[in-house]
Amino acid sequence: MNGLFANEDGRFAPRLSLRLRFGRLFQLLSLAAVTLGLIVLSVLILDIILNGYKWLRPEFFTEFPSRFPEKSGLRSALQGSLWMISLTALMAFPIGVGAAIYLEEYAPDNGLTRFIEINIANLAGVPSIIYGLLGLGLFVRGLELGRSVLAGSMTMALLVLPILIVSGREAIRAVPQSVRQASLALGATQWQTIQNHVLPYAMPGILTGTILAISRAIGETAPLITIGALTYIRFDLKGPLDLFTVLPIQIFNWVSLPKAEFQQLAAAGIIVLLGVLFSLNALAIVLRNKLQIRW
Amino acid sequence: MFDKHEIALSVKNLNVDYGDFRALENISLEIPARQITAIIGPSGCGKSTFLRCFNRMNDLVPTARVTGEVLFYGQNIYDSKVNPVEVRRHIGMVFQKPNPFPKSIYENVAYGARINGYKGNMDELVERSLRAAALWDEVKDDLKKSALALSGGQQQRLCIARAIAVEPQVILMDEPASALDPIATLKIEELMQELKKDYTIVIVTHNMQQAARVSDYTAMMMLSKEGSRAGTVIEFGPTPQIFTSPRDRRTEDYITGRFG
Ligand SMILES: Nc1ncnc2c1ncn2[C@@H]1O[C@H](COP(=O)(O)OP(=O)(O)O)[C@@H](O)[C@H]1O
Ligand SMILES: [Mg+2]
Repeated sequence: MNGLFANEDGRFAPRLSLRLRFGRLFQLLSLAAVTLGLIVLSVLILDIILNGYKWLRPEFFTEFPSRFPEKSGLRSALQGSLWMISLTALMAFPIGVGAAIYLEEYAPDNGLTRFIEINIANLAGVPSIIYGLLGLGLFVRGLELGRSVLAGSMTMALLVLPILIVSGREAIRAVPQSVRQASLALGATQWQTIQNHVLPYAMPGILTGTILAISRAIGETAPLITIGALTYIRFDLKGPLDLFTVLPIQIFNWVSLPKAEFQQLAAAGIIVLLGVLFSLNALAIVLRNKLQIRW
Repeated sequence: MFDKHEIALSVKNLNVDYGDFRALENISLEIPARQITAIIGPSGCGKSTFLRCFNRMNDLVPTARVTGEVLFYGQNIYDSKVNPVEVRRHIGMVFQKPNPFPKSIYENVAYGARINGYKGNMDELVERSLRAAALWDEVKDDLKKSALALSGGQQQRLCIARAIAVEPQVILMDEPASALDPIATLKIEELMQELKKDYTIVIVTHNMQQAARVSDYTAMMMLSKEGSRAGTVIEFGPTPQIFTSPRDRRTEDYITGRFG
């Protein structure tokens, strides 16, 4: 007899222990994959922290970059990044949400709408340097904004717009149709329904998408280099038409310098950049878990 | 047929098409005011489609096309100068699945009144509406609580309170108790008897006992003929007559359970 139970009459060959061993093997393989990934990531982060932590002192945040490592800091890069994400969000958020509302709530279901939808999805996958070239031609030269933070932000707004529209549409689509019907059945207009119900209920999802789009913008380097953001700035950023630099460009600049101290400064800059990105992602997760309506 | 009752809604030669599929064909009937009219029939025969004609909710379905007339106290609500937004304030709707807004109980009731520019005291209106929906005693101490925290039966009564708050003349109900347990169902049925003193009620139900228990008039719907998918009203009359001496053979088969 093959198994514990009497009715095993040989018409099946269950080979249970072999199947169980196979299962165990694949469990171990996937565990190994996770472990490998985590180890590589930890080593990278640890290496950067060990390299850069001692440069994380107040002057690092208040000083301009300099020829002397001990006098170098992120002042202009922080200002530039802050200006850039603020202007980017200011421009991209209303346009992105507006487009998402139009596509979800108003657009007729026809070929043109589907064509637009497919193209927006495709734009989200276009390499960022293409946006840099577009920004260079359109904003820097065409609108004669120069290599200003405004031109950079407009370029970045174009770059995050598809992400914002796609995530905004998902958030809007997650609002059940029954809620729209409830509102309309009370004599609300379509706009009142959108304004009082659809948008507020979709907002946690929209904000989550916005934060993720912004964290994408903070880390982007290529399009800004393309439009000519500077790598070395020793004056405060006072207005949207000023020249600017951003965190990843400053880090890139330090990495390219031969002196060992500058490598450590670059590591310190990476710690700051990662800190900002992780905090933003954490915020997005908290928003999603705390504010999202569970229907 | 019911000369003792005023006519609230009068349907004339109504057809509904979804694209090139005809869902409703040639319906004409009159809904008496401050009475409960039940619409019964097998599923898929167009009961919900018919009900949605009364408050122009079919306008929300891009492919739907309604032809014919629905007169609301004499005014054709499909007239080109009538805006559906205005129709819906006077002819309210309660849906099959309770669909409260994810807001407070108070806000749920106040919302419709607010957007329609209600000028009176909102607290009073909310209390009055919740009382009329037999929900006040259960929720009066936590009006700020989220409506989503209520039970299914309470949510449905909240939806009724919400519909009442804009002071409609007609309340349409599409299988309002089909998602509820028997006790919650009973409460809704009792509530309807109260509501009919002030409101004209049209209720769709697939439950014939419910139609027999609660309604004054019954409209029996069926696919119009063998092979067609278009629904129509095959018989309409006082509920006792429909249930005891139906004129149409198909009605008799349906209510005695010999059909679908
Ligand atoms: N939005 C719609 N688009 C296309 N066909 C629909 C739509 N709604 C309902 N129908 C069709 O119309 C017919 C009647 O549906 P419905 O009114 O929901 O019937 P009931 O409420 O009696 O079950 C069905 O054949 C259904 O498939
Ligand atoms: Mg139905």
